[in-house]
Order: sequence, then structure tokens, then C-alpha cells
Amino acid sequence: MSLSKEHILSLLSEIPDPEIPVITIVELGVIRDIQVIDDSTIDLKITPTYSGCPAMKQIEDDVRKKLSEHGFTSITINTIFSPPWTTDWITSEAKEKLRKYGIAPPETTTEDKSWLTGKTKLIACPRCKSTNTKLISQFGSTACKALYQCNDCLEPFDYFKCI
Amino acid sequence: MTTQEALFKYTLRLGDTNLILGQRLSEWTGHGPFLEEDLALTNIALDIIGTANSLLEYAASVENKERTADDLAFHRNDRQYYNLQITELPNGDYARTIVRQALIDCFDLYFYQELAKSKDETLSGIANKSIREVTYHLRHTSSWIERFGDGTEDSHNKAQTALNELWQYTGELFEMNEVDEVLIKEGVAVDLNIVKQKWEKHISELFQKSTLVIPENVFMQTGSRKCIHTEHLAFILAEMQALPRMYPDAKW
Repeated sequence: MSLSKEHILSLLSEIPDPEIPVITIVELGVIRDIQVIDDSTIDLKITPTYSGCPAMKQIEDDVRKKLSEHGFTSITINTIFSPPWTTDWITSEAKEKLRKYGIAPPETTTEDKSWLTGKTKLIACPRCKSTNTKLISQFGSTACKALYQCNDCLEPFDYFKCI
Repeated sequence: MTTQEALFKYTLRLGDTNLILGQRLSEWTGHGPFLEEDLALTNIALDIIGTANSLLEYAASVENKERTADDLAFHRNDRQYYNLQITELPNGDYARTIVRQALIDCFDLYFYQELAKSKDETLSGIANKSIREVTYHLRHTSSWIERFGDGTEDSHNKAQTALNELWQYTGELFEMNEVDEVLIKEGVAVDLNIVKQKWEKHISELFQKSTLVIPENVFMQTGSRKCIHTEHLAFILAEMQALPRMYPDAKW
């Protein structure tokens, strides 16, 4: 009997994000579809977070490794672009994990358009919770992050920006 | 020209423009004026190279002749490249890099907004993805244009000189040929006249606000739609392609 979709999803939930290891690739929302054809054949659809995110290749390799450990010999991974990945897909549990890890999670949803105009809401420092923070740069250590600094505890921190 | 040929050339043109611009921008990596700006430009370059990768992957699948995206990127010569000439020009000083980037970011924003309506699902998907990234790029480069233009005499002069020199390469952004004609009929390609109107309005407001003057009656350079380039493209390709050409079997 072939493995169920739910079982595959729980297997993939064991794979950490290569750059932010406290969250899994499932929590990140990049796995878009799973089709188990038979015991050895599986088709997956994944979507990139950012167009040039170098972690996507690593994620694909990790998925292949995990699935081949569980008997799949024919693994097809297709990259899809539509609908485009959004930070809205990051689960609230994962957002809390990000905060504990020292990365301020995306504050707004893309439903409210403040992220487009640049008038983002106050970003709380993940360490001391102060909202007295300032934007250092819209671009941070990876494509998905902006760089902030807390004016109270003076620590610089990453903010996972909304797209 | 069949629709398939047109779609291949169209996608290749977009892919080439992104690839060469991304390669140029990444020359700043490790050389930015300060750390945060170095990271910003490197991130922008990464997004653009990512978009180039998606487009060239798609071009390879449309062509369907066993050429991969890497073959397209690394095994064509300058007279086979369709990138806009403005993307291959040397970076120059920081003002020049940023002026070029703002001109292109603004074009990309309106271009991808139109391309998102394409009947081709892959192109509209790539466009929808890029809109989000380009929005951040344009916000960043626009803020620099304002600071350069309205900053010191030196920064103003450098930005104005860059604008004077680069403006002649903006005509190419809106050139259309048979490829566009075939695909516009199919609802796949973007009518660049629509983009031009929005771009001109946005750009003239941005530069006016920044006390910079757009030059008038400029002779517009042309050629990239026919793979005619400035002398700079062959050099950038020589550097970018050196490894895969020397070791054709090399794997990532």
C-alpha cells in the first residue's frame, strides 16, 4: 500500500529550512502539491520563496534524499510560480519560532497594502519586545529579510519582510 | 514566425536582459560603498539572476531542442544575445549604477504588471512573483535618486551626468518587432506602448522631485533586438562563461 499524502507531509515536516533551521520547509509553505503515484513514484510541486533564493536547490536535494530513504525511486519535483509564494503562508506557530530564534516575523499580511507603500507597521525587537526600532536597510542577510536595529537594547536584528 | 518561435525569442530576450543586468550588478559584491548597501545591491542582483534563471529554463523548454538554461546562458556569443544594451554598460560610479537600476526597476514594475495578465501561465506566474521583488528594488533605488539629486553638489552632478549618459539607452526598452506582434495577437506579450506611458510619468516625477533634469532631443541607441551590442557585452560574457566553456562537463 502506498504512503498517504499526510504521511509524506509528516516526512517532509522533518526537513528544516536550510537557512532558518528552526522552521521546516512545510511550515514555510513551499510544498504546494503531493501526488503519490505508487510505492516508488511520487510527484511534487514546490514554489520558490524568492526568485533567486539559493536555498531552493538545497530544499529540493533534501526532499529527494528524504523520499529516497523511504523507498521512492522515481521522484519528480516541478517548480511552479502561480500562485506566488507569500509570507502569509508562514504558520503562526512558525512565526513564533522565528521570533524566539531572533528574527522578527512578518508583521503585516499582504492583504493590507502597507508593505507596498513602505509604511510598515512598527516592528518589535525579537529580543526585548520594544517597538522603538529603526530600519537600517530593506535588504538583509538573505533575500527574505530586512535589517533593523532596536533603539532600546541597541541590538541589530533581522526582520522577515512581507511579500 | 510561428508562435513557438516567437515565444522562445521573447522569453530569451527577457531572460538575457535579466541575466546580464544581474551579472553586472553582482560585480559590486564586496565593493559596495558601505556594508548595508553592498548587501542591498547583492540581494537585488540575486533576485534578478533568479528571474533570469526562471525565464531561461522556460525558454529552453519552449525551444524543446535539448538545450538547457545553462546552455543558453553559457554557450551563446554576444551576437546571439538579446539583452538590452543598457544592462551591459559598465557600472561606473555608484550614482550611475543606481540611476540605471532605477530606470530599469521602474520599467520592470509596469512591465511585469502587464505581463501578469499574459495568457501564458508560466510568464504570468514569473511576472507575479517578480512584481513583489521589484517593488522593493524600486523603493530602494528611488530613495537613492532623491538623496543623490537633492543631496550635495557632488552627488547631484554625478547623478545628472549618469542620467545624461544613460538616457540614450532607454529607447530600446520600448522597441517592438515581429516577435511582439505575433505574441500580442495571442494575448501573451506586453504592448510596450502601455508600459511606456506609465514609465515616462513615473520617471519624470521621480527625477523632477530629485531636482534632476531629463535630457531632451536625445538620439536613441538601438540594436539589441537584432543582437547588436556595445563592445562591453563580449567582455562580460568572456568572464561569465569562462568556466563552463573551459570545463563543459562541469556540474553545479
